[in-house]
Amino acid sequence: MIDIQNLNVVFGSGADRVHAVKNVSCRIAGGESFGLVGESGSGKSTVLRALCGLATGWDGEVTIDGEALEAGARRSDAFYKTVQMVFQDPYGSLHPRHTVNRILSEPIAIQGLDNPGSRIDEALQQVGLGEGFRFRFPHQLSGGQRQRVAIARALILKPKILLLDEPTSALDVSVQAEVLNLLMRLREELSLTFVLVSHDLAVVSHICDRIAVMRNGEVVEEVTADDLARGQPADRYTRQLLLASKGYDRAAIDQFEDFG
Amino acid sequence: MSEPLLSVRDLSVSFDTRKGVVEAVRGVSFDLGREKLGIVGESGSGKSQTGRALLRLTPPPGRVSAKTMTFDGIDLLGAPDRQLRDLRGGRISMVMQDPKYSLNPVMTVGRQIREAYRAHTKVSKSGAKTKSLEMLEAVRIRDPERVYRAYPHEVSGGMGQRIMIAMMLITDPDLLIADEPTSALDVTVQLQVLAILDDLVSQRGMGLIFISHDLNLVASFCDRILVMYGGQVMEELVAAELHNAQHPYTRGLLECLPQVDSRDKDLPVLTRDPGWLL
Repeated sequence: MIDIQNLNVVFGSGADRVHAVKNVSCRIAGGESFGLVGESGSGKSTVLRALCGLATGWDGEVTIDGEALEAGARRSDAFYKTVQMVFQDPYGSLHPRHTVNRILSEPIAIQGLDNPGSRIDEALQQVGLGEGFRFRFPHQLSGGQRQRVAIARALILKPKILLLDEPTSALDVSVQAEVLNLLMRLREELSLTFVLVSHDLAVVSHICDRIAVMRNGEVVEEVTADDLARGQPADRYTRQLLLASKGYDRAAIDQFEDFG
Repeated sequence: MSEPLLSVRDLSVSFDTRKGVVEAVRGVSFDLGREKLGIVGESGSGKSQTGRALLRLTPPPGRVSAKTMTFDGIDLLGAPDRQLRDLRGGRISMVMQDPKYSLNPVMTVGRQIREAYRAHTKVSKSGAKTKSLEMLEAVRIRDPERVYRAYPHEVSGGMGQRIMIAMMLITDPDLLIADEPTSALDVTVQLQVLAILDDLVSQRGMGLIFISHDLNLVASFCDRILVMYGGQVMEELVAAELHNAQHPYTRGLLECLPQVDSRDKDLPVLTRDPGWLL
């Protein structure tokens, strides 16, 4: 479904040149859910942004659903019907002065689809929001409800691939659990392919089967979630991340290496 | 523990809004000795307002009331502003979440730390500089001279938070209130900063109030935990006993966390019982 070969992303030039993603390659099959995990600045979100066309200065070979992508070129409408994205901050990604109805109408209008009313109803139902939410503004919704609206907006075009950039990081843990359950259910019901980016090893391994661990723009290791659960990743950096995700342990911290 | 360092009884914080009175903190009581106390809760639980009320930093139009709120015999609610100004940053310090917002962007790091020190101690400029450099070294900054001259935008988030800790501990306070001090940091950096905080707090025998949303982190870092919900304390626990927590809210918070080593399909969802709030 997604085939990435030697993806490189560079921002700026001269002294400000940042090589954000270095030779990343991976293959993601249809219906699979793939995770990218790493600390800030590791390039995980940039990979996602290159895939969906938000980062334009990349090179490498990227094929999504049979369509070879070109850096910098405008993506086709058909591409956005296949690939949709959910962003981290549900407070920033919804227009504050548009109702839920208008937010969800926009992708339908862009794609020139019929029956907007019933499509909106269906999408709201899929994410567990009732009719009553349709004419509300984002400020009348809680963080979890907003993220559901953002997911509904992504689903309304019936995409095959969902790109998820830290979809639960801004939410309380109890709300995070609800959104994670929702994502798992939707993936099964709609046979979606997920690419999930997160800094949280537990979240990634809950949702994803395969996980690429990134550091400084490079993939240091690709592990299966099962191997991670057994606590046996091969790479030292991954082991350190895994250890750090278990909580505070004074003795272990002195053993931490600086991977720079 | 004989006399507690800090004693709070029936602390309430309320805000008058157009839609009526919002009670952010409702009847919170606790004692603190020279130990690490964690206050955990989700957003809106009142944990941060509790921390702020201790230093009378509740923003207007907030109102604070309490039966008692004493720090080492000083009545924090009734103390004159002057005395409170001496306490703040002197004997009680506070570290906030994001160093980007708590450091002055147009002042060098060194000058800010020095200023904090000289506000509470009679000391010469050069004496303050020596002490500031020592403090930067104590928070394990490798090149204190360089960081001393740097502006906040020239340092990373983890470094910024260490600078904040240096600034807050330079007056040798008895109590440190840390409100989500490491939530903006990457997980490994977060733990390294906590380790520094931990070492300094135990070396100096201070009391620490650690406010966080991260139950597991607090349980592994602190001695005791208060679990807050809806402005009230749901449960008080010895940190090591977290996994024997009785209250359904604490249990719910624990269970809804995804785990690396158990990949069950559905996460249990927390159901809130209005009966928890009396």
